[in-house]
Amino acid sequence: MTDTLVRPNDLDRSWRSRLSRVAEAATTPLLPADYLDLVAPLRSGTDLRARIVSVHPETRDAATIVLKPGADWAGHVPGQYLRIGIDVNGVREWRAYSLTHGPRADGLISITVKAVPDGKVSNHLVHAARPGTLVHLEQATGDFVLDPSQTRLLFVTAGSGVTPVIGMLRNLFPVTDAGVVDLPRSKRLDIVVVHVAPSEPDSIFLDNLRELDSHGSITLVPRYDDQHGVLDVDALADLVPDLAERTTYACGPGGLLDALTEHHAEKGLELFTEQFRAGFVEAGDGGTLTIGDITVEADGATPLLDVAEAAGALMPSGCRMGVCFGCVVPLKEGAVRDLRNGAITTADPISSANGGVPIQTCINAAAGPCTIDR
Amino acid sequence: MTTIQKKPVDPTAHLTAEDIENLGKELDAIRQEVLDTRGERDARYIRRVIKAQRGLEAGSRALLLFSIFPPAWIAGTTGLSIAKILDNMEVGHNIMHGQWDWMRDPKIHSTTWEWDNATPSDMWKHSHNELHHTYTNVVGKDNDLGYGIMRVDEDQRWQPFFLAQPLWNFINACFFEYGIAAYDLELGKNLAIPKEKRSEEFKTGVKRTLGKIRKQATKDYLVHPALSIPTGSFLPTLAANVTANVVRNLWTHSVIMCGHFPEGVETFEKKSIDGETRGEWYLRQMLGSANISGGRALHMMTGNLSFQIEHHLFPDLPSNRYAEVAPQVQALFEKYGLAYHTGPLPKQVYSAWHKIVRLSLPNGWLAETTPVNAPKQLAKLYKMTTGGPKVRRAIEARDRQEARRRAEADAA
Ligand SMILES: Cc1cc2nc3c(=O)[nH]c(=O)nc-3n(C[C@H](O)[C@H](O)[C@H](O)COP(=O)(O)OP(=O)(O)OC[C@H]3O[C@@H](n4cnc5c(N)ncnc54)[C@H](O)[C@@H]3O)c2cc1C
Ligand code: FES
Repeated sequence: MTDTLVRPNDLDRSWRSRLSRVAEAATTPLLPADYLDLVAPLRSGTDLRARIVSVHPETRDAATIVLKPGADWAGHVPGQYLRIGIDVNGVREWRAYSLTHGPRADGLISITVKAVPDGKVSNHLVHAARPGTLVHLEQATGDFVLDPSQTRLLFVTAGSGVTPVIGMLRNLFPVTDAGVVDLPRSKRLDIVVVHVAPSEPDSIFLDNLRELDSHGSITLVPRYDDQHGVLDVDALADLVPDLAERTTYACGPGGLLDALTEHHAEKGLELFTEQFRAGFVEAGDGGTLTIGDITVEADGATPLLDVAEAAGALMPSGCRMGVCFGCVVPLKEGAVRDLRNGAITTADPISSANGGVPIQTCINAAAGPCTIDR
Repeated sequence: MTTIQKKPVDPTAHLTAEDIENLGKELDAIRQEVLDTRGERDARYIRRVIKAQRGLEAGSRALLLFSIFPPAWIAGTTGLSIAKILDNMEVGHNIMHGQWDWMRDPKIHSTTWEWDNATPSDMWKHSHNELHHTYTNVVGKDNDLGYGIMRVDEDQRWQPFFLAQPLWNFINACFFEYGIAAYDLELGKNLAIPKEKRSEEFKTGVKRTLGKIRKQATKDYLVHPALSIPTGSFLPTLAANVTANVVRNLWTHSVIMCGHFPEGVETFEKKSIDGETRGEWYLRQMLGSANISGGRALHMMTGNLSFQIEHHLFPDLPSNRYAEVAPQVQALFEKYGLAYHTGPLPKQVYSAWHKIVRLSLPNGWLAETTPVNAPKQLAKLYKMTTGGPKVRRAIEARDRQEARRRAEADAA
């Protein structure tokens, strides 16, 4: 400090840090937070959590979960997703879900989950989650968000891939009891939504899309596999004649997105995509995986992340599909195989000596014996 | 106790190699059944215990801020003692065993947990999980057997030094958390090494242990009493913390003694575990442990180490399941003709202490002493204590000869 001026703020801060040091000395080896969290888990300054406020069924196998996030929730941009950690049968599972609304006045957030066959978390959230349950959160993230400079848009959504798009649309065209609200900021938009689903009753958010369509906010082009056949991307221009003038946002299964990417690249069109799961093609022989003092057999088709977690190791993770790099750990010895394309990564002596080769555990499987760090 | 290999009748003699393998398979099946049904109920259990422990600790410490008032002192000290015991036993010990790692909760995980005890958790995990649980009751390998300072087996040669072992044991019980810390550091062995030759690992271990002790002591003996100053309760709160720590030490020491010390629990020779199969490992755990019988509160307060046998068979199963598998385990003991040692706490504590006293004296001395021959026995003990090793060996040899003669006479 150059002169003796002490601002009240500094004084306040130094008092607070002294107080928190005393609190820590009084609770060691625990932290004061370990006690406070028992009574105020959503307070500011602690790990981000949320409480389930309500669960609304959308279709037979989909539901919207409304959450009250902790005080440190930093908000989101529609189209983004969050990671939620929930205990399913006593085991903490982390999954990513798109936020299905714009910022809300009541501060609540919502996700919409479709139960996938044998899906651990999705089935739990849709069928078993109860209001009052405490879940763990990470801040919203993702770049599947609208570019405000674009006014002519095409959304291609398939199945539960409609969720981030609904988030964007609800932000642009809020619906109240009195109907759709026309916001000045949304006036100049021209939006087409090609919505693909296996059949009409399975279609999540169909009512919302129809309401926006009849209000004239969007043009809805529904495609049901059982009525119209599986969508042929090359015929997209038949459904959307001015396709070339639009920026496309697509979210759905890998196959559809791959076809769209190829189609748009060929025609030189702008495309943003969001994928919910990685497509795995390559499996090979596995090997023994070593993490610290844990040693387990890892087959060649299961991501190391799943193997390590099943063995009781605490692993960093994120999207679990190879996009966020939240699961990167050093490979110290051995080799791993990228399940998306079969690429082998091997730990060489030089990089091992320098801490190892960083690998994503969520999309790499063992390719022979391998050792990773946490 | 004599290692099982040197006993006149080996309690496992009737088991064939095949029996032992089958026994192993049956125990594996019990374990698998628990793994298959492990889930929400168990998770709820440990969270509830942790919550209760924290509530009790916070409540007791709050009450002790007014410890100048005797009722507050009594209730607060009782609560704090129980909270510390729960922290160490049902919560800390079991979490550090990895019993709850499957929940993947980073806050309740063996790699992140720290407990209210002098020894840092990772150092304790090494000596306890890796050494004690692997080498259970193997003389010379399992340092839990007497913590390296006591005579726990007839085969260990008696020396006058051991006469004081009941006293050592009591002192160790009072300061048990520091005893454990010293033991995790292998303090005795390391102090014998010249200072400049001690390993880096030992030096950092000492530093970390002292750091932990400092923090623990600051909390219990400085911060908490200081916070009680406004009511004039500094000294009573200090006394409450000292009491709670000693109560916790005495209690944990007693429970742990009951686990492997009562009469009837077997010990093993080093050689006997070479190439041990899984079935044989199980068998050693079965014979090397003893349970404490009692109600739910007792099991909770012992961290379910009252199911020491089950714990040693399945150290990483959630502790709330030991009571559930105990009848199945006990049935296996019966099926394979083995002795399942269990008894109420006072009986087991007495039995363990009795053994410590017995072994503090030369072999057979306590059993042979009667009011009539007491003067003669005392004279012998005096001679053995003050004489050199040669004198002792001569007396021991004579005793053995007499014993043999008596046995022959009985047989004839
Ligand atoms: C950025 C991002 C956003 C997401 N947003 C949403 C969303 O808004 N709504 C939503 O419902 N899901 C969303 N997901 C998918 C979600 O994270 C989970 O993958 C999905 O709920 C399945 O999890 P589970 O635990 O039920 O399945 P698991 O138990 O992990 O898997 C069970 C089986 O289902 C298969 N499977 C895994 N994921 C999917 C999938 N997405 N579709 C079909 N089969 C699958 C697996 O291969 C496996 O065979 C999103 C994923 C990402 C990466
Ligand atoms: S978890 Fe996101 S890249 Fe692996």
